[in-house]
Amino acid sequence: MSVASPLSPLPGRHYHVDQILDRPGPRTDPAFVPGETPKTFLREQSKILVIGAGGLGCEILANLALSGFNDIHVIDMDTIDISNLNRQFLFRPKDVGKPKAIVAAEFIMRRVPGVKVTPYFGKIQDKDEDYYLQFNIIICGLDSVEARRWINATLVNMVDPENGESMKPLIDGGTEGFKGQARLILPTITSCYECSLDMLNKPTAFPICTIANTPRLPEHCIEWASVLEWPRVHGDKKMDTDDPEHIGWLYKIASARAKEFNIEGVTWALTQGVVKNIIPAIASTNAIIAASCCSEALKIVTTCAPYINNYMMFIGTESVYTYTFEHEKRPECPVCGGETIDISVGKEWTVERLIEVLVERQDIQIKKPSLSTSTKQLYLQAPKQLEQATRPNLGKLLSELVEEGDQITVTASSLPFNLSLRVTYV
Amino acid sequence: MIKIWSMKKNEDSAAKKKPKTSAAQIRVQKDLTELDLPSTMQTNFPDPADLLNFTLTIQPDEGMYKGGAFVFSFNINSNYPHEPPKVKCTQTIYHPNVDLEGNVCLNILREDWKPVLNLNTVMVGLQYLFLEPNADDPLNKEAAEDLRRNREAFLQNVKNSLRGGNIRGTQYDRVLIA
Ligand SMILES: [Zn+2]
Repeated sequence: MSVASPLSPLPGRHYHVDQILDRPGPRTDPAFVPGETPKTFLREQSKILVIGAGGLGCEILANLALSGFNDIHVIDMDTIDISNLNRQFLFRPKDVGKPKAIVAAEFIMRRVPGVKVTPYFGKIQDKDEDYYLQFNIIICGLDSVEARRWINATLVNMVDPENGESMKPLIDGGTEGFKGQARLILPTITSCYECSLDMLNKPTAFPICTIANTPRLPEHCIEWASVLEWPRVHGDKKMDTDDPEHIGWLYKIASARAKEFNIEGVTWALTQGVVKNIIPAIASTNAIIAASCCSEALKIVTTCAPYINNYMMFIGTESVYTYTFEHEKRPECPVCGGETIDISVGKEWTVERLIEVLVERQDIQIKKPSLSTSTKQLYLQAPKQLEQATRPNLGKLLSELVEEGDQITVTASSLPFNLSLRVTYV
Repeated sequence: MIKIWSMKKNEDSAAKKKPKTSAAQIRVQKDLTELDLPSTMQTNFPDPADLLNFTLTIQPDEGMYKGGAFVFSFNINSNYPHEPPKVKCTQTIYHPNVDLEGNVCLNILREDWKPVLNLNTVMVGLQYLFLEPNADDPLNKEAAEDLRRNREAFLQNVKNSLRGGNIRGTQYDRVLIA
C-alpha cells in the first residue's frame, strides 16, 4: 500500500486518503467509481484556489496538501506581522515583513514534496474571470466582508447556464474568536454570501453621544479619538489603520481622554484592535473550520461522500457545539436573486421604447422602471433632479448607450429587488 | 468529478460577460428612485452621475426649527448596505443631537443600523430630530442642558442661532430660508 507514486515522494503519503477512495461508503453517491478515477482527478487534474494565507489560510493550505491536492494556488495581499506568528504556523520570525502568499507557498512545497503551490501577492480584484475559470474549486479563508462580497458576486456573475464548468463551488470559512462557520456556495444554485449578509454579527458600535459625553470603557475613549477627534483635527485626511503613526496618534488622544475620565485599559494593542475591529483569533477555531472546509473540497472533487448542505456553524464557547442547516436563497438577493432576461432590441429603439416594452410585458409586471448599466445611468424615475439629468437619454438610441451583451439593471418599487436585462440587437 | 459539473456544456457560448453593477450600486439606485419624501426634504446631487455622494436639505414646516434649511452630506461606500451611509450636517447649528463638527447622534446611523433599513428611513429619522430634539442623547451638551432646564430659553436660542447668532461664544451659521 505504501508504495510511493511519482507524485508522492513521501512514502505512504496517500495511505489514509486511499482508504476512502478505494471503496464506497454507506452514503456514497452511486455514481462514485472507486479507485483510480477519483485519485487521478484529485492528484493530477484538479486545480484549487485558496484565498487568504492568514490564520485560516495556513491551515487550509496544509490540509489540502496533505489530502492530496497537488496543484494549489494562493492569493493574499498582506505581509507577515510579528503578531501572526502564534497561529500562522507557516511563518517564522525571519519571514516578518514578507508576503504571506509567497512564504506560505514555499513552506508547503518544501514540507510536502510533489505539491505545487502558486502564490499571488496581491488583491483578488486584480484577477479577472479568465483567472477564476481555471480552478475547480475556490476556498476562502478571509476576514474581510468586502473581499468576500466581491469574490461571491464575481463567481455568481461568472456562471454561464450554457456551460456547467463556469459554476465554481465556493467554500467559505470564517472565524471570530470561539465562533466560526464553514459553508458551501454553489453559485446560482444555493444561497450565496450576499443572501446571508444580514446574519453577520455587526461590529459593536457605541452610541455617538455616549462616546462624546459619558465614556465608561477604554473602547469609548478610542472611538472618541477615531470617530470624533480624527476628522476634527485632520479634516478630510483619511485614517490608515495600518499606519503606525496614525495608530500612535489615536493612542495618545485616547489615553488623554481616558485619564480625564479615570478610565483604565487604553493600550496600543486595544487601540489597534478597536479601530481595525479585530476580534482575537483563536488557533483551534481556525483549525476546526479549515478542516471542515478542506474535507468539503475533498468530497466534492472525488465524490467519495455527500457534500454539506450547506452551512455549518461552530460555537466553541458551548463545549464543541456545531449546527448544520440549509441556508436558503433569498429571492430578493441583489447578487443571486432577481432575474436575468435576454431581450432582443431593435437597432432603432430608443431608451423610451425599451421602457414602454418593459412596462407592457405581462411576465414581469413592472411599473416605473429605473435603468442603469454598471457604468452609467440610462433613466432614473426619481428624485426629480436625477430624472431631469437622465431625461435626455429617453430620446437616444439604446444602441448608442449600451453595447451588445451589456447588462442593464432595472429597479422599480414593484420589483422585490432588481431585474437584469441582457441586450441583443436585432 | 462530482455531478455538479454534469450540467450541459456548450463550448462556443464563451461570450465574454461585462462587469455587472455592484450590489451597493443597485441598492442605492433602488433606495433613491423609491424615496418617498415629504416636501420638507430634498436631495441634491453635485454630480448627477454619482449616486453615492449627495446632500439632503431639510426645511421643517413645524416645530422649533421651522424656518431653517439644514443641509446634510451623505457619503455611501461600496459596503452599503452592510455599513450605514456616512451622514454629517454641513452647517454649524445649535441642536442638542448635532455637534459643532456636524456629527449627528441618530441611533440608526450607528449602533442600530441594519441592512434592511434604507436611505428613506435615515432621512425621515433626521427630520424627526428637528421636530423632537432630544436632551437625553446630547452631542451639543450646552444645547441639551438648555433644552432640559428651560424650554422657552432654548427656543429663543434656536431662533437666535437660525439667524446666525452667537450663543455663549459659539458662532452659528445663518440657516434661515431666504
Ligand atoms: Zn444570494
